[in-house]
Amino acid sequence: MTNGMVIIGAGECGGRAALALRDLGYDGPVTLVGDEPHLPYERPPLSKEAMASDAPVIKAIASDEILAERSIRHIHSVQAVAIDRAAHLVRLSDGSDLPYDKLLLATGSTPRKLPMPGLGPRCVYLRTFNDALAIRAHLSARNRIAIVGGGFIGLELAAAARRLGAAVTVIEAQPRILMRGVPAEIAKVIHEAHEAEGVKILCGDGIAAIADDGAEVRIALAGGLDIVADLAVIGIGAVPVIGLAAEAGLTIDNGIAVDAGLRTGDPAIFAAGDCCSFPLAVYGGRRVRLEAWRNAQEQGALAARNMLGAGESHAAVPWFWSDQYGLTLQISGLSDEGRSTVRRDLDDGAFILFHLAEDGRLVAASGIGPGNTVARDIRLAEMLIAKRAKPAPEALGSQTVKLKSLLAA
Amino acid sequence: MSDWVEACDAEDIDEEDVMRFDHEGRTFAIYRSPDDEYFATDGLCTHEKVHLADGLVMDDIIECPKHNGRFNYKTGAARGAPVCVNLRTYPVKLDAGKILIQIG
Repeated sequence: MTNGMVIIGAGECGGRAALALRDLGYDGPVTLVGDEPHLPYERPPLSKEAMASDAPVIKAIASDEILAERSIRHIHSVQAVAIDRAAHLVRLSDGSDLPYDKLLLATGSTPRKLPMPGLGPRCVYLRTFNDALAIRAHLSARNRIAIVGGGFIGLELAAAARRLGAAVTVIEAQPRILMRGVPAEIAKVIHEAHEAEGVKILCGDGIAAIADDGAEVRIALAGGLDIVADLAVIGIGAVPVIGLAAEAGLTIDNGIAVDAGLRTGDPAIFAAGDCCSFPLAVYGGRRVRLEAWRNAQEQGALAARNMLGAGESHAAVPWFWSDQYGLTLQISGLSDEGRSTVRRDLDDGAFILFHLAEDGRLVAASGIGPGNTVARDIRLAEMLIAKRAKPAPEALGSQTVKLKSLLAA
Repeated sequence: MSDWVEACDAEDIDEEDVMRFDHEGRTFAIYRSPDDEYFATDGLCTHEKVHLADGLVMDDIIECPKHNGRFNYKTGAARGAPVCVNLRTYPVKLDAGKILIQIG
């Protein structure tokens, strides 16, 4: 074992995996390959109000000094183009071959493309820091921004654009924003916050045609409305980056298919983060793929442990957050597992929805409120979900009953 | 240095909980451990300047409400991703039911 560990993808997941290998005492070669020119960095700020600053900066996961100190070789601006599984080699776009003992695919996801003709230079997607900088250049009081897709990326960006005074229109084909994974009651709070801030939200109307002349974009909606913008940002979801794995013959099932230990069918190859689908133990092994920062972090660390032979299984409860204006939303668990809902009101207009399965088990909790008002209770709910607890609905609904006391029960 | 500052009543904080304390433009977090001892740290997470007092205390750990960065509030030690910079701690003493911290 002298070829060491190779990680393809230098984002949150890959970066954390590299650091974790060293934290665990691994002293062989660790190589991190990324196709961007930057150090591994955190992506969540790219769509948030941090982008409203005059000169947004990268929030690096590890500095050059830390990478050097921990002997992590970071190869940037290079793509992995093929895996030779028999020879344990990764072929890179610069023509070189990288040998590995264990390989981690942390290739992430990429924005889903709008399958329409007419898109041009004023129609953009957001994934990377460079994408964010290009969008930032158009965010000012002089500009009209159209956002295609009422999901988290689009709505967070809408909030940042409003902060800078841009005129913002959000176009969502579904009957409401945040259809995927967010209860209607909470989506409504976010919808109203955007309208109060002057964002125009158009739901339930599909796009009939797009024309981009390089200076402005004209979006014709099926209902007859025409939206004209200086920039259209398309945020209609993400797809896993699986090309490398598929060509190497690894199983693909809504992402690179891995087991609970993040192993692919090849014992030397692991996959983690946005690019993989895995069985979620807390819901009886339901196969899911998560696009979430904490999942990327946790799976990066778990992959590192298992690359060193730990043999651990993924056991975490999904969790994510979104910031828009002064509001923070946090959801733990997958709310579509629930069959009934109990509401708990907190101070300052904040509230939490607890999602219960048919047998009374708590399966998810969704909260929204100003600042971090829901954070503590969502965290406690996550621990209850992990314990597969069946808390009394009356207790969940009453603000006077501390969730911590339910955990001890 | 004997710049002790009165922060709150001892009973203001539940066991295994945390409270925010602001003083002269600075912000602190004051903790009561499950074994009924008091501790104080800087109030903001070293990752993204979030108030730790909105976070969850479990045993001797405070978890940031935003991104789950963890610190041992007794020592200030960072306990894993995404936090890597330790939290500054401050001496605490109890005097006639009041919590005092030495902010130095």
